Amino acid sequence: MRPRTRVTLFAAGAAGTAALFTGGTLGLPAFGGSLHPYADRAVHHAVLRGTPNVVSSVNFDQRAFDTLGEELILLSAAIAAVALLRVVRSEDERGGATHRHGPAEVSDALRIVGHLLLPLTLLTGVYIVAHGAQSPGGGFQGGVILGTAIHLLYLAGDYPALQRLRPIPVFESTEAVAAAAFVLLALAAAGASPAGRVPALNTAVGVEVGCALVLLLGKFFEQALLIREHPPAGDPREPA
Amino acid sequence: MSTVPYLTAGWIMLAGLYGIVTTRDLVHAVVCLSVTQSGTYVLLLAIGYRSGATAPVFSDRPPPPAGGPVTDPVVQAMTLTDIVVGATVTALLLALSVQVAKRRGTLDPGALRPLEP
Repeated sequence: MRPRTRVTLFAAGAAGTAALFTGGTLGLPAFGGSLHPYADRAVHHAVLRGTPNVVSSVNFDQRAFDTLGEELILLSAAIAAVALLRVVRSEDERGGATHRHGPAEVSDALRIVGHLLLPLTLLTGVYIVAHGAQSPGGGFQGGVILGTAIHLLYLAGDYPALQRLRPIPVFESTEAVAAAAFVLLALAAAGASPAGRVPALNTAVGVEVGCALVLLLGKFFEQALLIREHPPAGDPREPA
Repeated sequence: MSTVPYLTAGWIMLAGLYGIVTTRDLVHAVVCLSVTQSGTYVLLLAIGYRSGATAPVFSDRPPPPAGGPVTDPVVQAMTLTDIVVGATVTALLLALSVQVAKRRGTLDPGALRPLEP
């Protein structure tokens, strides 16, 4: 299809969608209004079950089976991305000899800040996962913080240290175990008393999201180093 | 004026779709898909907003009606999981783009042909 035809077709479809969407929004309750039937019921049940953070309660108690589905989407997307980004042996041999992973040349300030912030960020991630049932936070948010925390070492230019801190097989196994734990917990919690359900599921999700992020970023880094086989001179991330 | 937040969500979605339709680069298409998806976040959060309300967390204050109104936690929970799952799906699509670039040597969807060796 030629670009002009495609844009014309899109314009027609977009105009129709926009008309339907506008018509639909006119029928919605006013923005900021006080009619929130779902919110009232969800808050009521969360308070009854003793979970002060209602968002966590909705995710891991009231809609736990739904979250289970989303969790499995996350797992399968991460597995598929890792499988797609796997370094084929011929590529490895072709690219392997051309680069060496030494510490990159970054300023001392960045290096120090990266190393200082690493434990603090990890602690924050653990806190946000562990305290997700009580205060703003939860497994998804804390997992993202945990997964990105160890990449502060990459920003600090210390790629060898990052590789030591991040053994890929361990993270792969941990992610699989966390996903299995989530499935088992969700199945075991169905029909049981709600006590302890939210923190346990929170922790499983936090571990899984963190591991998935570490795996994905790690695989993308490998690809970036492979593709930049002949880096331009002066690239700070590629040591000469 | 009370429909402006909803219409903004629709506008973001259409802007992202326009990018997908006219794109010349698969990475650009993936980013446009993320833009399209953020339209749904805006719509969900706009639906859940309540004037004068606070976050639905009761660790330091009583729940409503005593503690005042709160925003809708259901749509917030949906947005939250949507963001995390969306990030992983974006990573999957970028991984596919890396493979396409490696095998075909191009990222232009117009230059790709099916069953090309």
